Amino acid sequence: MSDEKVTADDIDVNRRKFLTMATAATGAVGVAFTLVPFIASWKPSERARALGAPLEIDVSKLGPGQMITQSWRKQPIYVVRRTPESVAKLGGVAASLKDPNSEASDQPAYAKNEMRSLKPEILVLYAACTHLGCLPKQYSTVADPAMGADWPGGFFCPCHGSRFDLAGRVFNGSPASANLRVPPHKFESDSLLVIGVDAAQGAA
Amino acid sequence: MAASSDHAGKTGFRAWLNKRLPVDEFIDSQLIGYFAPKNFNIWYFFGALALLVFVIQILTGIFLTMHYKPSETAAFDSVEYIMREVEWGWLIRYMHSTGASFFFIVVYLHMFRAMIYGSYRAPRELLWILGMLLYLALMAEAFMGYVLPWGNMSYWGAQVIVNLFGTIPVIGPGVVEWIRGDYGIADSTLNRFFALHVIALPFAIAFLVLMHLVALRQTGSNNPDGIEIKEKMGSNGKPIDGIPFHPYYTVKDVVGVGVFLIFFCGVIFFAPTFGGLFLEKPNFEPANELSTPEHIAPVWYFTAFYAMLRAVPDQQLGALLMLLAIVVLFFLPWLDRSPVKSIRYKGWLSKIALALFVVSFVVLSYLGLKPASDLYVILARVFTAVYFAYFLLMPWYTRIEKCKSAPERVTYHA
Repeated sequence: MSDEKVTADDIDVNRRKFLTMATAATGAVGVAFTLVPFIASWKPSERARALGAPLEIDVSKLGPGQMITQSWRKQPIYVVRRTPESVAKLGGVAASLKDPNSEASDQPAYAKNEMRSLKPEILVLYAACTHLGCLPKQYSTVADPAMGADWPGGFFCPCHGSRFDLAGRVFNGSPASANLRVPPHKFESDSLLVIGVDAAQGAA
Repeated sequence: MAASSDHAGKTGFRAWLNKRLPVDEFIDSQLIGYFAPKNFNIWYFFGALALLVFVIQILTGIFLTMHYKPSETAAFDSVEYIMREVEWGWLIRYMHSTGASFFFIVVYLHMFRAMIYGSYRAPRELLWILGMLLYLALMAEAFMGYVLPWGNMSYWGAQVIVNLFGTIPVIGPGVVEWIRGDYGIADSTLNRFFALHVIALPFAIAFLVLMHLVALRQTGSNNPDGIEIKEKMGSNGKPIDGIPFHPYYTVKDVVGVGVFLIFFCGVIFFAPTFGGLFLEKPNFEPANELSTPEHIAPVWYFTAFYAMLRAVPDQQLGALLMLLAIVVLFFLPWLDRSPVKSIRYKGWLSKIALALFVVSFVVLSYLGLKPASDLYVILARVFTAVYFAYFLLMPWYTRIEKCKSAPERVTYHA
């Protein structure tokens, strides 16, 4: 055994600094990887994903002007059979809309048209207001007394006052910035509507 | 230290204990040895009262979790079960729900105290920031607590608040799905909010309260004159204008607690819903994903910010503005450039600005409770502008105005 004393000169400070940093960095990488399962555990579970399978709706029993509300993936979906006269009104309101051509809105390519639908008479929308997710109420009658004489028919959100036409397009002066979203959907037959699937891409 | 040598001579259990756990030393240094300014007034009750409400919430909360079930199918019924069938369950729940509103009442008054006497100014910037973090944690705690009864307003309130995260560019929709754990507000959302409400956030709040108090011990309390009592030290090494926190302020706080409990119990026993302000009417029906309540409004303590959100005709900007309304408070210590801290010695510009700020906060809170009619939206825009002007113009008006000079010693009338 040597009785030499360790002096400050014998300590390689740079080496110690490097080892401290390397240990800390290795530890940080370990912590980052360990966080992954905890953060990922908040994502929708396998069960939640399975319950989000496509939804079939028979639209043959839907009368003109009638709307039904269905739930798909916990989100209410509006299905409306528009009357020919309200379809005719859709072209005339473009000037008072924020996004008449749905450029800044969320919909499948086949619904990016004036009707925002596959068929002129059947409108399929996510019911959630694009402002903060309330459910706009349906005022589909043209010139509804509650909405004024120039009302072309559409939806009114009771939470913050956003107004939408019968294609779900938002009117100027509404707090919502985008048109109501259109879910992926297709027609299996003339009367069988399937929500959650595109004709082209398959299940969403 | 003199205090510890006193205890060294003691015998018996107390001496045995103090040798192993410094109980007396802690009391001597933190309660008796902590000298607070002698000129505290009524505004100085609210810190202690906030701590009291926190303890009430923890204790009543523990008992509520013994009967509450955090699931989509059972939550609403279990709350009704607590209200109707658990012995005294109604009282424990009303203590907890009333406690939530009273927490915000005392915290708002506590924050206002800091604003009038400049308690956020150097060297107390970090004390103020820790307080603001507590306020944020309290907002998250209150929001998640409000979701738990799974009434229809719980559900739609959660919908609105969680969707605010959807306005974050690019990652927004993914973040929202991650927070909910499903494609909508669901069982998974309720379950995790319960976990955060009863474990994670109370721990965070307790930790922040501790840090807030440690920072207070470091800087010492401010006082209504906004001058530093530590600048005038007596021969005992303590501030001349300071008195021991215990017994003087502990005893004074007991009186404050008594008065507070009169109001608190008054609400619990005679007006637990407080006309729909503390417990909103639509929340007495179960959550229904297919039916929005006629009019969605958060509980009163969030409505000022909610009015700002609705005042902007663009959802992203609205959410951003609401966030900024809270963020700007963090910068208060650096926005105030006045040579004096207390409103007592500031000029009339500061006094008018503060009065306008109070008016704007109260009016916005009222507007946030009401449906968004055209007139209300215009008023909300005006008062949102006033709210921000108070902060953004502060570096200007606090510098140009003529202030009185603050006194050398605190103003005190025995």
